[in-house]
Amino acid sequence: MTLMESFGSAATLVPPAGRPLVEVRDLGVSFVSREATVKAVNGVSFELMPGEVLCIIGESGSGKSVTMRSLMRLHPKRRTVMSGSMRVGDHDILSLSDREMNSIRGRTVSMVFQEPMTALDPVYSIGDQIAETVMRHEKCSRADAMKRALELLEFVKVPSPERRLKAFPHELSGGLRQRAMIAVALSCRPSLLLADEPTTALDATVQIQVLILLRKLQKEFGMAIILVTHDLGVAAQIADKVAVMYAGRIVEYGKVRDVLMNPAHPYTRGMLASTVHGQAKNTEIETIPGSPPDLRFLPPGCSFSPRCKYVLPECIAAVPPPIANGPDQVARCIRVGELPQTVRAGVA
Amino acid sequence: MTDMTVGSGFDAGPVPERAPEQRVRGYWQTVWQKLRYDYVTLFFMALIALIILSAVFAPLLAPIDPYKSSMVYRLKPIGYKQFILGTDEQGRDMLSRLLYGGRVSLTMGIVPVVLATSIGGLLGVLAGYLGGRPNTIIMRTMDVFFAFPSVLLAVAISGSLGNGIPNQLLTLTVVMIPPLCRVAETATSQIRGMDFVDAARASGASMPSILFRHVLINAISPVLVYASTLVSACILLASGLSFLGLGVPPPTPDWGLMLSTLRQAIYVQPLVCALPGVAILITSVAFNLVSDGLRQAMDVKG
Repeated sequence: MTLMESFGSAATLVPPAGRPLVEVRDLGVSFVSREATVKAVNGVSFELMPGEVLCIIGESGSGKSVTMRSLMRLHPKRRTVMSGSMRVGDHDILSLSDREMNSIRGRTVSMVFQEPMTALDPVYSIGDQIAETVMRHEKCSRADAMKRALELLEFVKVPSPERRLKAFPHELSGGLRQRAMIAVALSCRPSLLLADEPTTALDATVQIQVLILLRKLQKEFGMAIILVTHDLGVAAQIADKVAVMYAGRIVEYGKVRDVLMNPAHPYTRGMLASTVHGQAKNTEIETIPGSPPDLRFLPPGCSFSPRCKYVLPECIAAVPPPIANGPDQVARCIRVGELPQTVRAGVA
Repeated sequence: MTDMTVGSGFDAGPVPERAPEQRVRGYWQTVWQKLRYDYVTLFFMALIALIILSAVFAPLLAPIDPYKSSMVYRLKPIGYKQFILGTDEQGRDMLSRLLYGGRVSLTMGIVPVVLATSIGGLLGVLAGYLGGRPNTIIMRTMDVFFAFPSVLLAVAISGSLGNGIPNQLLTLTVVMIPPLCRVAETATSQIRGMDFVDAARASGASMPSILFRHVLINAISPVLVYASTLVSACILLASGLSFLGLGVPPPTPDWGLMLSTLRQAIYVQPLVCALPGVAILITSVAFNLVSDGLRQAMDVKG
């Protein structure tokens, strides 16, 4: 089996035009322990068309990774309560049996992890790890799977792939390891790729190479990507759409250009103001005062209200609904449009 | 390499330049490369091989029947006539008895450790991977065994079972299970939290496949290294039990038992009396040093 045969029929696997590949409705995830219940995700909804790239941005603990891992049901079963609905392709994620879930993982949806050092099993060679997934889902022979592994390594532009096929993870550099990780994720031609901060552990020069590679592969394979990051530069580079998360909610959602150039939510504005891009040298970086709320005791209204400089009494009363700001942009802020315009040119 | 002429604008980009072919080593080859220059470990490995071979071929090597006693030649010094290493308190040849004694002592050192590694290791891996209630049940049971000092536990078990080789093997196995189980549990619970286990789940691997292909194989190396240090402890413990009369019954030659019966003659023939002790010492030191060397060589990741 060659890449050509297995990847050539991509068009037939894509759902009918107009229907989103991913539909998440009012997703809630809480982690229950004896001491407390942590509400990590509180009503997240989004849609993703086939072949689109969505970036989820937010600070640590804002629920971006949790949202993404929910799509693969990777949370520990006993301690997690999930609500809402998630659909990927024709599969309703929350109603699948464990066996059905296993057949989707790695095939329809696959994932690239943040830390390529620990996400590859140290005792198997790169080739074995790619072949393992191929053999599991395609029930082909080991020789065929290794052939595919070699093609995949060439595909993610690993130099001298024959040699790297037999190499162990610790023998490769960080960038090569992340490429190998991407090869594992792509091995069964997923229609949705989840990437959890795929460039955070890499150094700056390699980051951009990996991003360009991801973007290129995404175009060639026609797959959708959900990318979690806290790096705005990454988002600007690769995304079609951006979702900004804060305290387990999407506070702003829209096309990458709209959100980064014309942010509507005070949190997005604060976050954009606190980057070094487009700022004069030697000026203090602006920060958002205060710290994110405790996810065990969320305030009843807007979670950002305690830190917001535009706060009104209505903000504290109830969670603001998503309000449109232009055709392709929504923000969960009751003062959308009232706030002074600040068009930024630095980031995108 | 296959020709990448794929239709529909399917362009893999320029194929990267190839570095000259290099030989890539597998895991065991890497381990061997490290061991090759570790002369101390190699020497003691050879010594262990020698001890094991001499025990296996004891019937061929022993100059005199180890059970043949003589009232005339009691407690003769090293090098007396045909007795190369002297005789014991019943006039039996020390060299032959040491060779035959190695059979019992090495069996007592290795068999319980192998059994305990399989049982304790499996329990520990299950406890570590499953977590929660199974972990509590298995590990708290082990803690009960841990409450007793190992020698006391061994004495208590073999005292109630009675002496004899099968009972002693059982005793030593039971004593060795808790520490091995705990090491396996610790190693597993560390590995369970690592990304590659999540990555295996994310690529659709089933629970048994993750447990055996990814968790067990990564947890096994600390367990094996710890098990090899236990071999010497087990030989010592077995000798101690024999010394106390709880191990193999006389006149079976066993290093611990020989040490025990010869202790009354310590003022008559001190050198001959020390010989079984020397045998125990050399064997356990050799096993300790080899396990140390293996630990360093097997730590490929570092």
